[in-house]
Amino acid sequence: MMDWILQIAPAFAEAHAPALLILLPMLAGPIAAFLPGGGRVAWGMTVIVTGLCTLLSLILLAQVRSIEGGAIISYAMGGWAPPHGIEFRIDALNVLVLLLVSVIAFLTSIFGWPTIKAEIADGKRAMFFGAFQVCFMGLLGVAATGDAFNLFVFLELSSIATYVLVALGSGRDRRALPAAINYLLMGTIGASFYVVGVGFLYAATGTLNMADLAVQLQDVGGNRAVQVGFAFILVGLGLKAAMFPLHQWLPNAYSYSPSFVTAFLAATATKVAIYAMVRFLFSVFSLDFAFEGMSLALILAPMGIAAMLACSFQAIFQADIRRTLAYSSVAQVGYMLLGISLGTAAGVSAGMFHLVNHALMKGALFMAVAGAVLTYQGTRIHDFAGLGRRAPWTMTAFAIAGLSLIGVPLTAGFQSKFALVSALLESGWWWAALIVVFSSVLAVIYMGRILEAVFFRAPANPHKEHGEAPLLILVPLWILAIANIWVGIDGGFVYGLATDAAEALFIGGAS
Amino acid sequence: MAGPRTDHHVILRVVAKPLIPIISLFALYVHFHGDYSPGGGFQAGVIIVVAVVLYALIFGITPAMRAVPPVFARSLAALGFIIFAGVGVWALIMGGNFLDYDVLFNEEPGGHMGQHYGIIAVEVGVLFAVAGSMLSIFYAFAGRVTEIKDEDW
Repeated sequence: MMDWILQIAPAFAEAHAPALLILLPMLAGPIAAFLPGGGRVAWGMTVIVTGLCTLLSLILLAQVRSIEGGAIISYAMGGWAPPHGIEFRIDALNVLVLLLVSVIAFLTSIFGWPTIKAEIADGKRAMFFGAFQVCFMGLLGVAATGDAFNLFVFLELSSIATYVLVALGSGRDRRALPAAINYLLMGTIGASFYVVGVGFLYAATGTLNMADLAVQLQDVGGNRAVQVGFAFILVGLGLKAAMFPLHQWLPNAYSYSPSFVTAFLAATATKVAIYAMVRFLFSVFSLDFAFEGMSLALILAPMGIAAMLACSFQAIFQADIRRTLAYSSVAQVGYMLLGISLGTAAGVSAGMFHLVNHALMKGALFMAVAGAVLTYQGTRIHDFAGLGRRAPWTMTAFAIAGLSLIGVPLTAGFQSKFALVSALLESGWWWAALIVVFSSVLAVIYMGRILEAVFFRAPANPHKEHGEAPLLILVPLWILAIANIWVGIDGGFVYGLATDAAEALFIGGAS
Repeated sequence: MAGPRTDHHVILRVVAKPLIPIISLFALYVHFHGDYSPGGGFQAGVIIVVAVVLYALIFGITPAMRAVPPVFARSLAALGFIIFAGVGVWALIMGGNFLDYDVLFNEEPGGHMGQHYGIIAVEVGVLFAVAGSMLSIFYAFAGRVTEIKDEDW
């Protein structure tokens, strides 16, 4: 059904799509950092590169879907055949993540220019776009690579660039600096845990290639070194994914970084870490190991539920809109983890489906907030009062994404929560399904507070006027808002991708 | 402090100055022996920066920034990145996979020119990138002006 993409794409791009996807931002990043023009040229280049990467991801998607059940594309870096060389391995699971990251990067970079112009000093804008491209490259690399150590390298590349991006929010709010340092410390601990875990696995098996690791681990069995490695990797990736007790870096990092960075990170960074976690849980390790089943049931599920409840409560009591949305992000990560912790194909596909939908809604929400903040510097709920009249287009999109976050029928959020509840009931976890519904009620409260202020309250300060967001923000914002409704009405396409992804894991995806 | 002409670090400076070219030379040695022995671009990049840091320690940060300007350090880091990726692109253009050194010079099977020069070119990229970013980090920390004066405490 997507064969037409393969027919019009150039043969060169098809043969080297996995490498080109990483290579474009890798080359463009350091060049963009030195382009003149106060960042305008660098911005244009970023839009072009992210657009090309979106096309490449579409080519990869068409290639993966060209075979029933999903093809596996293996690309040997440097001509060294896996498992000895570094392999880029694209299957139905990570092509979904690649597509998500590049589409979101494309939309956010179009949206980014007005906010960058307002928030970042002249001389730093080109460097900012350079760092953004490196971050983008790192996230794509984590998703594309089939080598456990290479994943660490890309994870660190994207994280280090992210710390810089968050710190650049200091022009707007000085609290961005401690937030960035805090994120740096936590992120580095997470990455170290991950690499220690990989070290244990390497000691036990003598290989770093994930597909090979999966085979070797079956022979080695679950000895103590493998278990320790598993624990380190789970905690390390959990930190990066903002798993419940390890999420303390996230609210500050999202609240104080530049609007552009918040919109991009909220929709991609934790998603990629969750992908890596899923890859390790079901592709490298498997449910044959008793310790994995236990950690799913005793760690992932309780932590997911705790995030859904505790962070939704915390979101209710925030005065700042960006903090409310940040705490809600941690809660939504909880839904994904709960789905994954079922350990069934239905559960993982519900988790992946929610992952994509959450990127669509949080991207739209943070874009709308950025658009509103452009004309009126204030992110407290109080500051947003009466905004529905002054900026109807911006706020209608905000409301659509907000309803999607709550899970109102006909929006994307409803579809994925429905899939999650069905998967939970299928496994007999009816109590967890009740908690999902209860947590959605909490979402009604925290989104309801904002929406009530926006649409029904009089402006707090009638002398200061909000304006409508510029067209460059409105277009990507509405694309995401309409995507929320489209997935909500006809979720078949995205849900199909998520199901394929989950099936690739459970039916011989690893070998 | 007596007069401006007295310099109680004169011995330190005289002794340290000849070390700087030796350190730089040693960096190149480590770099080009990277194919046969432990070493390579990363270590060599750090050692080259050690030479500049030593210069900054004995003559002060401002003269060091005049000798090796911060913008040069930044550009060097970016250039290194581009050299590394550029070798990969070269391999792509010659029809191989990304970073496949074997195809660089269109050799007969069994030729090792591509592997030899390919890895050296990539390591030059690493050398530039590491030296540039190390130096940028050093300047960022050392060049910082204290915002709070001692008297204000």
